[in-house]
Amino acid sequence: MDWQLVLAILPQVVIDGLVLGFMYALIALGYTMVYGVLELINFAHSEIFMVGGFVGVEILLSLQSHGWLGRINPFVALILIVLAGMVVAGLLAVAVERIAYRPLRSAPRLIPLISAIGVSFFLQDAVRLTESLWRNAFYLTYPSFAVLNRRIELGQSIDFSVKSIVVIAASLAMLVALQFLVKRTRLGRAIRAVAEDQPTASLMGVNVNRIIALTFLIGGAMGGAAGVLFGVQYNTINPFTGFIPGIKAFTAAVLGGIGNIPGAMVGGLVLGLLEAFAASYLSLFTGGAFGAEYKDIFAFSILILILIFRPRGLLGEVVRERA
Amino acid sequence: MSEILLEARGVTKRFGGLVALNDVNFTLESGSIASIIGPNGAGKTTLFNVFTGFYAPESGEVLVGGRSIVGLTPDRITALGVCRTFQNIRLFKNMTVLENVLVGAHTRVALRFWDVVARTPAFAREEGAALDRIGRLLDLVGLRGKENDLARNLPYGDQRRLEIARALGSDPRVLLLDEPTAGMTQGESRALMDFLRRLIRDLGLTILLIEHNMRVVMEVSDRVTVLDYGEKIAEGRAAEVQRNARVIEAYLGRGRAAGGAVTP
Repeated sequence: MDWQLVLAILPQVVIDGLVLGFMYALIALGYTMVYGVLELINFAHSEIFMVGGFVGVEILLSLQSHGWLGRINPFVALILIVLAGMVVAGLLAVAVERIAYRPLRSAPRLIPLISAIGVSFFLQDAVRLTESLWRNAFYLTYPSFAVLNRRIELGQSIDFSVKSIVVIAASLAMLVALQFLVKRTRLGRAIRAVAEDQPTASLMGVNVNRIIALTFLIGGAMGGAAGVLFGVQYNTINPFTGFIPGIKAFTAAVLGGIGNIPGAMVGGLVLGLLEAFAASYLSLFTGGAFGAEYKDIFAFSILILILIFRPRGLLGEVVRERA
Repeated sequence: MSEILLEARGVTKRFGGLVALNDVNFTLESGSIASIIGPNGAGKTTLFNVFTGFYAPESGEVLVGGRSIVGLTPDRITALGVCRTFQNIRLFKNMTVLENVLVGAHTRVALRFWDVVARTPAFAREEGAALDRIGRLLDLVGLRGKENDLARNLPYGDQRRLEIARALGSDPRVLLLDEPTAGMTQGESRALMDFLRRLIRDLGLTILLIEHNMRVVMEVSDRVTVLDYGEKIAEGRAAEVQRNARVIEAYLGRGRAAGGAVTP
C-alpha cells in the first residue's frame, strides 16, 4: 500500500468529510430537536431542506435573469440566499407542524409519523409542480460564482474550493449560535424543559404550543440553510434531492443520540468523515476490490456496529424519564 | 374578611364511569394556609389538577382572584399566579438548580430573543432582577451555592426544596403543595412547616397543601377540607374537623368510628 499517497490526500479527505459532515449536522439538528420535544421523527424534514435549496436557486436565477447577479458581491449574495432559505424553510416547518402534526398531538405515535411521510410526498410534488409550471424544469442548477469555485492549493495534491471553506464556516457559525441559544437563553431553557417533561413545563408557565412551533422554526431554518449550502456546494437541486441527505442526517441524529443536540452535531461530523474516508481510501486499502461507490455500505456498517455497542448513540447516555 | 384567591364552585370531574370530584365547593382566603386531606383516591390531586388547568372539569367553575380559569391552558393559569409542586418529584432532572428556577420564572421574565443576543439594557435589567430574586429564593430554601448542580444529582430533600423554589420562581399568589413532607422525617417536616409560615409572612403567599401527615396538617392549617370519594365531607378549623364523625369514619372505617378523634 502506498502510505505516502494516503497521507498526501489526507487533508483533502478531511475537508471533504467536514463539508459533508457539517451539512449532515445542520440537517440532523432539525430531526433531533423535533424528536426532543415531540418524540416524532419528522420525515418531512428532508423536504424542508430541499425547499431551502430551491429558495436559494430561485433567488439566484431571478437575479441572473435581471442581470444583477454579476454586480453583487458573491458573499453578499450568499448571505442573502442563506437567510432567505432559512426564513422560508423555517416558516414552512412551522406551517407543517400547525397543519399536519398539532391536530394529531394526542393520537397514537404512529399516526403523526404517517402524516409526516404524507407531508414529505406532498412537498416533493408541490415543488415539482410549481417548478414545472414556472420554469418548465425541476432539475435546477445553481449559477456559479467564480470566486467561490476558485481553488486554494496547498502543496501538490491538496486543493480545495473556497466554497468548501464557506460551507464549513457558515455551518460552524450556525451550530455555535444554536448551542448558545439552547444553553443560554430563556427560549433555549424552555425548549429543554418541554423536551424533558411537557406537562410539567406547561404547569410552570411555559406555553408548550409556542415552544414547539419555535422548535420547528429553528430546526426548519437550520435545514433550509443546509439546503442552500448543499446547492452552492454541489450545484444541482431537484425535488427529490432531500431524500438521501435527509436519511443520512437522520442516521447522524440517531448515531449521536436522538434528542441530543450536541449529539446531532457529533453524529453528523462522524458520518460525513466516515463517508469521505471511505470514498477516498476504500479502493486504496482494498487494492481496488471495493471502490468509492461502496462508501455508503462502509459508513453504514460502522454505524450499525456503533449502535450495537452504544444503542443510545454516541452522546445518548442521558436516559430520559417520563412520568 | 380577606379576599378569596382561589375558588371552586360545584366542580365535577369524571374519568369514564369514575366520579373523581363530585360537586366540590371550595374557597381559599388570601394569606392563609389550608389543607386538603382524605384517604387515597379521594380526589385531592385531581382537584389540584383542576386548579392548575391540567384537567378541565365537566361542570362547575374555578376562579382565581374572581376570574374564571376554566378552559385556560396551564401556562396562562401560572401567569395568573397559581403554581404547584408534585407528590412524585417532577424536576427537570437534566437541568441545573438555577435553570429549573429560571424555567419557573419563565412567565416573569419579559425578554425578547434579541434582548438576549444583543445584551440590551432590557436584558441586563430583567435578567439581573430575575437572578436577584432567584438568588433570594435559593437562600430561602437553602440551595444557595448549588446553583450549577444538576437537579438529578441533588439529595432527595434538596429536590423537594428545589421544587418549591421552582414554583416560587413563577412568583405565585397561591402555592399548591402536593404532599411536600412525603418521605421526610418528623424533624424535616417541622422545618418545612416553619419555612411555609415564613413564606406567608415574607412573601405574602397563600398556601394550599395536600398532606397525609396529620401532625403537620393539624399544626399548620388555618382550615382543613376533607375529601372522600370525590366529595367534600367536612371543612373547618383543624380541631373541628378532627372530631367530625364522617371524617373519622372515612379514615378508620365505619366499625371503628365510635372511639375518639383522628390521631396521627
